[in-house]
Amino acid sequence: MISFEHVFKRYPERGEALSDLSFEMQAGEMAFLTGHSGAGKSTLLRLIGLLERPSRGQVIVNGRNLAALPRRKIPYHRREVGMIFQDHRLLPDRSVFDNVALPLVVAGLGHKEIGRRVRAALDQVGLLARERATPVALSGGEQQRVGIARAVVGRPPLVLADEPTGNLDPDLSREIFGLFERFHQVGVTLLIATHDLGLVMSMPYRTITLADGRLANDSGTW
Amino acid sequence: MAKPKLNPRTAKRKPHRRSGPRLLDMPGLWANRHLQSAVATLGRLMRTPLPTGMTVAVIGISLALPAALFVVTENLRTMAGGWDQAAAISLFLKQDVDDAGAARLAEQLRARPELAQVHLISREQALNEFRALGGFEDALSQLKSNPLPAVLALYPQAASSAPERLQALHDELMTLPEADFARMDTLWLQRFQAILDLAQRAVLLLGGLLGVGVLLIVGNTIRLEILNRRIEIEIMELVGATGAFIRRPFLYAGAWYGLLGGLTAWFLVTIAVILLQQPVSRLATLYRSEFPLTGLGPLAMLVIFSGSVLFSLIGSWIAVNRHLRGAEPG
Repeated sequence: MISFEHVFKRYPERGEALSDLSFEMQAGEMAFLTGHSGAGKSTLLRLIGLLERPSRGQVIVNGRNLAALPRRKIPYHRREVGMIFQDHRLLPDRSVFDNVALPLVVAGLGHKEIGRRVRAALDQVGLLARERATPVALSGGEQQRVGIARAVVGRPPLVLADEPTGNLDPDLSREIFGLFERFHQVGVTLLIATHDLGLVMSMPYRTITLADGRLANDSGTW
Repeated sequence: MAKPKLNPRTAKRKPHRRSGPRLLDMPGLWANRHLQSAVATLGRLMRTPLPTGMTVAVIGISLALPAALFVVTENLRTMAGGWDQAAAISLFLKQDVDDAGAARLAEQLRARPELAQVHLISREQALNEFRALGGFEDALSQLKSNPLPAVLALYPQAASSAPERLQALHDELMTLPEADFARMDTLWLQRFQAILDLAQRAVLLLGGLLGVGVLLIVGNTIRLEILNRRIEIEIMELVGATGAFIRRPFLYAGAWYGLLGGLTAWFLVTIAVILLQQPVSRLATLYRSEFPLTGLGPLAMLVIFSGSVLFSLIGSWIAVNRHLRGAEPG
């Protein structure tokens, strides 16, 4: 599903974020991405979502070489990658329903189909009753669940999460990771960047550790 | 177990059910998406009535100015058109020239190649005409003899109606022994027409200039809207919105601004024409004539609306192209 081959990413202002990174992930795999702040976790995820392009090396996602992807095809790539952020990235002036519906609206789906899928996604994250609320009226954990519903509503084969529990207490974090496990069970490929080593250790999944932009440790495919 | 009878309507619909859009449906889907975007954009504009109203008002007033000047020049042109029938030169004959002498002179002048037509108004006719104007009946009946001279109304050939040729003809006519004096009637009319041409050119220039103004106003408004909605745009790009999808509502906003602005301009000019109708017709009555003020014709309206929409659309297009680069990975 994901393949990095000797990937380098250099930023003009802060130097090398990733250097000579190579790894692979199979379809349907769930893995954690750990490492200290600035180790390159976010950069790695941004390369997969094509928010950025590598300075050198190849990134192949879902059989698609991202370096060869022309600009006008980027939106279609992003529709196949669900992205979850620490700060949720929700639209504060839109309802929960509208926020979750956004990927489907953007993809041009019909009204009925959107309603059906959005409610299914909200049901999965346990927020069906809050569809009319605005994100500001929700707690941090609920907001993150809206973000997760938005990431999976388009049924992407790959979901990326960047510190999804960074602002949440342990109980809420466990709940969120439980959600990820459920997606994993239905065949979604998940790559989750997190600081939460305690939780990572308690779950039987592959862990990829970065240090200074290099692969420090890979527990291997489980 | 008896099978329930199928409702023929649902039975008919059933084959249409499908999971995804088919190729044949694509044009409909495309048009539908545009319609949705257009309506949604109008809805968004209506939700913020004050800023929208202000932008629309600025466009409307900008366009009402040249439109109003156009209405003024058009009306003046209509008015001047009524005077085209006037003679170029009126030759007033001396009192002692009788009607027979006047007719002889008219005959001589008709032979001149530069004159298309010579119309004789005899002393008798002049008196009758004067009487018909009314109010002078009593005064005229007091007079023992007809105080009015015979007049020859001269209509030159088109080729000879240039001001300097008319002037030469006028000077020559003055030397005739029968002539009392000659008056050039249409020279001022020609000058007036030239001024109208100038004014109409100025209207065009002003229209073009204010059109560019509209372009800048709309461009700036759209630019601010894009900046205000930066975060929303970023998130939409994140979840896979195409550049076209993101640009579309801003372009429609531009088109709506143009359409509403054009409507406002039309409304303002029409109100002005209605308000001026009465004073103008009263003025016309004082000049013993009738003059119905005309507003914007269908062609002028079409020009205003399409011009307004076009300039607004160009303005928003420029803003969108400058500020929305589409999903661009760093």
